[in-house]
Amino acid sequence: MDLEMLWYLVPSVIMFCAGVFGFITRKNTIALLLSLELMLNAADLNFVVFNRYLFPGSMEGMVFTLFAIAIAAAETAIAIAIIINIYRAVGNSDITSAQKMKF
Amino acid sequence: MDSVANIILYFVVALCIVIFSVLTVTSRRILRAATYLLFVLIGVSVFYFQLGYQFLGAVQIAVYAGGIMVLFVFAILLTHRPDQKTGLLEQHRRTVGISLSVLSCVLLLLALFFMPLIGGESLSASIAAGNDITMHDIGKAFTGTDRFQYLLPFEAVSILLLSCIIGGVVVARKR
Repeated sequence: MDLEMLWYLVPSVIMFCAGVFGFITRKNTIALLLSLELMLNAADLNFVVFNRYLFPGSMEGMVFTLFAIAIAAAETAIAIAIIINIYRAVGNSDITSAQKMKF
Repeated sequence: MDSVANIILYFVVALCIVIFSVLTVTSRRILRAATYLLFVLIGVSVFYFQLGYQFLGAVQIAVYAGGIMVLFVFAILLTHRPDQKTGLLEQHRRTVGISLSVLSCVLLLLALFFMPLIGGESLSASIAAGNDITMHDIGKAFTGTDRFQYLLPFEAVSILLLSCIIGGVVVARKR
């Protein structure tokens, strides 16, 4: 029995769809961010699996995943700064309560 | 032919990823959701190790499990009481979300199972054939300017991280 490419893609599909579900249905902005991380990780796993099975001699998928991880870290830091600012302005961090901008 | 231990490890980790990623988006306590996400991230890094990308697995643990999750826990504890349950959206939004995600999951799985998969090489054969990536290769790839070398994106990411530090401070400071 071999570990085939399909085996790694199935958990990745389920992770991505769980992320889509969370992104549509959650009210809390931090929960939205958690769902976003799930989707990003599914995409990263796909990059690496395709790299390993289809082009084992090169390393482009791994390099893409490294850049994606760095950019995800930056994006999360900024998003959390914005969430804390929303919390200061309206008293909670729900998306339904942040409906007005300043100007 | 992969070893039995590898296959058992795969099944344990895949089951963990599936269960905890569903729990992440269904748990109503946000701190627990963050903890479940941490388990998913560690499971993905075990997959990276299993696929032969040791550096990537270490980066995944260091950046995600070590950095981003700490940020998440700080943000959650700054904005919620630890036992607080988050509110739910209206019923029709939840119905749309459930139907859309289940539909896309089924469609993607069907597409996967009927896809003509190219590349028949097995995992252990591919790793054993001298295709594993050393730190030397990674360093060369990130600091060169030839084909398949990535100095410019590397520097761009460093500038992005700098601007992200400044932006985070500016956005979150008290006025």
